[in-house]
Amino acid sequence: MGGRTAVRVYWIKVEVSVDKNMKILIVDDFSTMRRIIKNLLRDLGYNNTSEADDGSTALPMLKNGNYDFLLTDWNMPNMPGIELLKAVRADPNLKHLPVLMVTAEAKRDQIVEAAENAVNGYIIKPFTADTLREKIEKIFERIEAGS
Amino acid sequence: MPHREVEEDVARKEAEIRSLQLEKARQLVRFIEAGDEAGANRLIEELGRMHESLLFEELGKLTRDLHEALNAFRLDSRLSEIAQTEIPDAKERLNYVVAMTEQSAHRTLNAVEESLPMVEGLCRHAEALGETWGRFRNRELSAEEFRVLSQELTAFLERSVADGESIRSNLSDVLMAQDFQDLTGQVIRKVIDLVQDVEKNLVGLVRISGERLSTPEQIKNKEQSSRDAATRGTGPAVPGTSDVSEVITGQDGVDDLLSSLGF
Repeated sequence: MGGRTAVRVYWIKVEVSVDKNMKILIVDDFSTMRRIIKNLLRDLGYNNTSEADDGSTALPMLKNGNYDFLLTDWNMPNMPGIELLKAVRADPNLKHLPVLMVTAEAKRDQIVEAAENAVNGYIIKPFTADTLREKIEKIFERIEAGS
Repeated sequence: MPHREVEEDVARKEAEIRSLQLEKARQLVRFIEAGDEAGANRLIEELGRMHESLLFEELGKLTRDLHEALNAFRLDSRLSEIAQTEIPDAKERLNYVVAMTEQSAHRTLNAVEESLPMVEGLCRHAEALGETWGRFRNRELSAEEFRVLSQELTAFLERSVADGESIRSNLSDVLMAQDFQDLTGQVIRKVIDLVQDVEKNLVGLVRISGERLSTPEQIKNKEQSSRDAATRGTGPAVPGTSDVSEVITGQDGVDDLLSSLGF
């Protein structure tokens, strides 16, 4: 039972560690999905969010905006999410930015490709509010553990 | 070979043959005038053969054109692929859209149907309490009536908290139900692409009657476009379509795959 106790302690630590004021960029070409994510984040206590409708509009925002966290779709016109992820990892100022993919793309090769580009989390649409909370907490729990 | 050039070629050959025929005809007149019957017969036969060979040559060319056009049609794998896989796929995709939108509509309606009576109940309860509260403010309530009011107020506050929580959760559900627009939107865009593809290929089919299509290039283009699609993203995998190539089902599958990759 010792293991279970340890897990519980970890959870308490997690609850405390995620900064609710962090600046988040939501990237999706469907405005309905951006609104859903924005509302879910607000429900979770994250109010500092901005939106972009594809990678090519998101990238300049990220470069100039001091964002703490990026949530992006994959399938978008002009610059898809995977290209945005690659561009973020290639930029010396952005390469450590935590990136969570929220997408309907579910092919094995695609998930592997995202992983190869050091994606921090991968959520398959349709998803639930719980999944979103869980993945965000997990991402920052890992970052905390790593630093 | 473009149509106009073929026609010019035929016209030139016809003119050539006609001048040859004219020459032979003049020789024929000369043979008959000279009384050379054998020579005249030979020339008449030759003239007949010339006419036939021109006819056969034209027929041969037509046959070749038809043959090549039919081959081009058969080799145009895009068309047969559209007919065999993509049209049935498109039907499944549109069925998926119908199912998703129906599911979202029901989810929304369920949440509304559950929330409306709660809101109505809270309103009625508040109205009734408000009336009694007004009488209390006007000092019209007996001590016994006030005790009842106090109990009612406690009950109302408890109910407000519980129903408020239920309504909040229902509204969240309505919010999440709107994800259908993204998912079905991606699928519908895919079907629109297919319809455009069909249109393009039908135009090509019409053109085939005049010209031959260059098929090897098309096959190359097709391979390129399927590679591009993986980078661009292909939208949700729809069950019952060709979207089967190693699709991970659900969040658990993704989590398992990522943890197997050391995540």
